[in-house]
Amino acid sequence: MRALALACLGLLLALPAAAAEYAALPGGTFTSVLPADGKAAPAQVAPFRLRTELVTNAEFLAFVKAHPAWRRDKVARILADARYLTQWASADTLGDEVLPRQPVTRVSWFAAQAYCESERARLPSWYEWEFAAAADATRRDARADPAWRESILGWYSRPSTTALPQIGGAANIYGVRDINGLVWEWVDDFNALMVASDSRDQGDPDLLKFCGAGALSMQDKENYAVLMRIAMLSALKAADTTNNMGFRCAKSD
Amino acid sequence: MKRLLSFVAMLLLLGGSVQAAQPLPGDSVYQLPVQLTGQDGQSQMLSARRGRPQLVTMFYTSCKMVCPLIIDSLRLTRNALDPSIRSQIDLLAVSFDPARDDVATLRSYADKRKLDPRFWTLARAEPAQVRQLSGVLGLQYRQLPDGEFNHSSELILLDGEGRIAARTNVIGRLDPAFVKAITETVSRH
Repeated sequence: MRALALACLGLLLALPAAAAEYAALPGGTFTSVLPADGKAAPAQVAPFRLRTELVTNAEFLAFVKAHPAWRRDKVARILADARYLTQWASADTLGDEVLPRQPVTRVSWFAAQAYCESERARLPSWYEWEFAAAADATRRDARADPAWRESILGWYSRPSTTALPQIGGAANIYGVRDINGLVWEWVDDFNALMVASDSRDQGDPDLLKFCGAGALSMQDKENYAVLMRIAMLSALKAADTTNNMGFRCAKSD
Repeated sequence: MKRLLSFVAMLLLLGGSVQAAQPLPGDSVYQLPVQLTGQDGQSQMLSARRGRPQLVTMFYTSCKMVCPLIIDSLRLTRNALDPSIRSQIDLLAVSFDPARDDVATLRSYADKRKLDPRFWTLARAEPAQVRQLSGVLGLQYRQLPDGEFNHSSELILLDGEGRIAARTNVIGRLDPAFVKAITETVSRH
């Protein structure tokens, strides 16, 4: 009997910590800062589910232990740069400086994708992320409120040298936490955001490659906070990692 | 004679396994597990192209303006190479648009453009893998509501190990610096 109890306990311990929680978001027609056609068309967002919390150090550590190919001493350089997970004490321990419930950062887009796959999920698209981030505690779209904008811009002015807070901030109307104000977040189509609004119209072969920010027509020029996200994401390559870039996962409904 | 043949076969097998045993460099594009299906309907991993330098690009067949120029540029570049260099490289163009570019569409495009299947591969991959491939190649693309794509247009040279050795965004005419880079990379190979 005792042996059985012990075996059960062992089983319990072997199970992963509580499965990640996903909130259902309704989607719909959404006015993005990034017009769908590069001019004025609104984005269409299908109903989807979004992780209520950012992926934490503890969760990413468990993932790395289960998938050693993503250890910082094993990962291929083309999938994650040299800073990947360097805040951890070692390849498979967090150490004293890093808190289990802080969002994991210094992860590449490829690593974030692989993590989400392990949760049978994916990274959200930019439009899904922007849709979720437009809400506050009581409104689905708080973006026109100057106070909402101020509070987000306030985050940008916080020095990046201070330690990252832990997850568990106030939930927005969907139950999603920390989507504004804790870290930058990877999105699936991060390398699609600043593509010239119509590369087919350009006659000069030298211009065919790509016309960055200049070619993009921004829908809502007052929304600096969100525009800065786009600028940040567009500047990154898929293997890059930064001090403040984390992620959460999404699922199609 | 039969014995000699089996001996040769064994040597070939050994040769193959020796190459496969060498670890892939960490900065090789072939680290990414992408399954490609070519215009001939055959599927293989991107990494199966290891061993021969490749000129790689991304495009889609229903694109009217830039993409035909991308294919032209690949052809121009190949034709500008010395025959001894030319015979050592393959050409690969992967579609941004797997929903519409199925095998039959890729094949008819290759036929129409007279792309010799001995060294041209037009390929498709699953959508998530297309995004990953664009990530390792450093290409950007975005689908528009009308089904067209905005995308960056570049030709990329991979060395025999799948490392990015050179790239050019000169499309529609020859880039002599890129031709030179190919010649040097293949000569070192």
